[in-house]
Amino acid sequence: MERAFPQGPLSRWQAGEGRGGGNRSPNHVIGATPMPAAALAPSPDTPAALAVERVSLSFGGVVALSEVDLSVAPGEIRAIIGPNGAGKSSLLNVVSGLYKPDQGRVWLSGHSFAQTPTDRLAHLGVARTFQNLALFKGLSVLDNVASGLTHSLRAGVLAQIVGSPLARREKRAVEERAEEAIAFFHLDSYRDRPVGGLPYGVQKRVELARALIARPHLLLLDEPMAGMTLTEKRELTGYIRAVRDRHNTTIVLIEHDIGVVMGLSDRIAVLDYGRRIADGTPEEIRNNQTVIDAYLGVAHDLEAGEGI
Amino acid sequence: MTDAVLKPSETSASGLPLTALGVGALLVVAFGVLPLVGGEYLFDAILTPFLALALAGLGLNILTGYTGQVSLGSSAFMAVGAYAAYNLSLRLPGLPFLLDILLAGVVAAAVGLVFGLPSLRLRGFYLAVSTLAAQFFVQWVFNKFGWFSNGSASGVITVPPLTIAGVALDGSVGRYLFSLSVVTLVTLLVWRITRSATGRSLIAVRDHETAARVIGVPVLRVKLFAFGLSSFVIGVAGVLWAFAYLRTIEPAGFNLDRSFQILFIVIIGGLASIRGAFLGAGLIVVFPLVLARLGEALLGGLFDSGVLEMSQRIVLGLLIIGFLIAEPAGLSALLDRALLNRGWRRLTARARP
Repeated sequence: MERAFPQGPLSRWQAGEGRGGGNRSPNHVIGATPMPAAALAPSPDTPAALAVERVSLSFGGVVALSEVDLSVAPGEIRAIIGPNGAGKSSLLNVVSGLYKPDQGRVWLSGHSFAQTPTDRLAHLGVARTFQNLALFKGLSVLDNVASGLTHSLRAGVLAQIVGSPLARREKRAVEERAEEAIAFFHLDSYRDRPVGGLPYGVQKRVELARALIARPHLLLLDEPMAGMTLTEKRELTGYIRAVRDRHNTTIVLIEHDIGVVMGLSDRIAVLDYGRRIADGTPEEIRNNQTVIDAYLGVAHDLEAGEGI
Repeated sequence: MTDAVLKPSETSASGLPLTALGVGALLVVAFGVLPLVGGEYLFDAILTPFLALALAGLGLNILTGYTGQVSLGSSAFMAVGAYAAYNLSLRLPGLPFLLDILLAGVVAAAVGLVFGLPSLRLRGFYLAVSTLAAQFFVQWVFNKFGWFSNGSASGVITVPPLTIAGVALDGSVGRYLFSLSVVTLVTLLVWRITRSATGRSLIAVRDHETAARVIGVPVLRVKLFAFGLSSFVIGVAGVLWAFAYLRTIEPAGFNLDRSFQILFIVIIGGLASIRGAFLGAGLIVVFPLVLARLGEALLGGLFDSGVLEMSQRIVLGLLIIGFLIAEPAGLSALLDRALLNRGWRRLTARARP
């Protein structure tokens, strides 16, 4: 089942790594964290793929995030865990610009934003999935996946109507890439069907394929395993790891299944009541008393049987 | 994982060529056979209005069906197209009429863009209500300012006879063939767009605006594009309605009833479907005629025009409710089933797996 994900030109990633070196590195914020420095902590020389700097967010007096710092190294798989309502999705929405934080900044590939411009997210090399499926129900699997490359198209409407050379070349390239992604995620048998009626697990895979077809530097996954069977979870874990290993894609994921999180992530950040209460390797998190008190001890009992 | 009941190859193998063949055959009949065998009644009372309404339905379908923006102002854009073409041919007599049509469409598109601006902030019912503003405002302007109807005392304009490149097309067949050509061309244009990446973006905006933004679809531009293109097509439909079908223009002909009629065409025919607009328009045009005949045969003298109009509204209302409940995808989906002749069980398996 391990099939090679399309090996495209790597120039985009390489270009991305070189960026932002001259400026003040967002990694310095990590110094303010209460956690002890971890073995995998990014060195101050490499710019983080994503940095969140003292971000606070509230909805009409209800605090969702409170001075949250987060720094994710290139190629890292970082999980964000925490009880319901801890602010995990809010953090991801701040990173992707759907929410504007009351204060703080977000650093993406060397640029810093008070509010991430969502319209330019794809251009910045960021892709994401949503907690509840966010597919285009009326489009086929192929079109949903292909739509992930919309930001890269240059041909105008008129060129598309008359079928100019550029438009045709782009159309072919997009179709090729979509076919490759469909093959990678074993979606061939659903290729031309509208996604609306497909099984939940399949739709989750389509959404992941749509996010990955753009070959993002940074992939944000909001509960990718929610509602999946054990087998599907294992399969998806394999996909996520394969994407990171082959393309050095940085992955930030919110996940409730502690077993999956412990096995998959390089580092884990723990949120509780909008604060980051811990940040470290799975081993550190497992033994962190604050985390155990706030979250793990309870959650582990609840999800007993799912194992690590 | 249960595998697909329906193999994708079945759809593309039997579906596509069938569609192409069907469209080809229809065009041959429409262009080659009907003009030879049809009578004046067929063209003047059925086919020409059908073509104009189908085109208007197609225009609204771009906006409502594909992009998900509800509009109740369609007939306003028809009116803009009709009045623009009239004034262009009146005031710039040097221009060929084909260019008048194109420019009339562009004027309608510009007006559509302006009334599409609220869509950047409003959604659903709120947007629908704001498009009503277009409906009332445009009708008011054409009533209020005599300049648009060249100072006609009654407000009713008689349009000049249809002449293309020196060829008079003022007979029934000529006006029908002219409408058919325009509709064929514009439909081809719309078909190309719906199959392109832009068409994909329209549906993306309709189905999930946030996800569309995240993948880089310029949502605001796409919405305005949909309003512009939709109004362009509806404007051209207005030109056909005025110049090929009625041969007169008056503001009252483009009232709210007409806007609803076009919306019904789209709902009954099938949202986000090109052939849906044609099926819906066919039903809307033919159905009153059939109902009149039927009523006359069954009730005789009791079935006067008042009863006809009332029963039309009742039956049409029932039809719409029926479609919304039983087949939200409209006549287009029904045709799919009939044409592809698939077993009922496989179909239900496809619709509700």
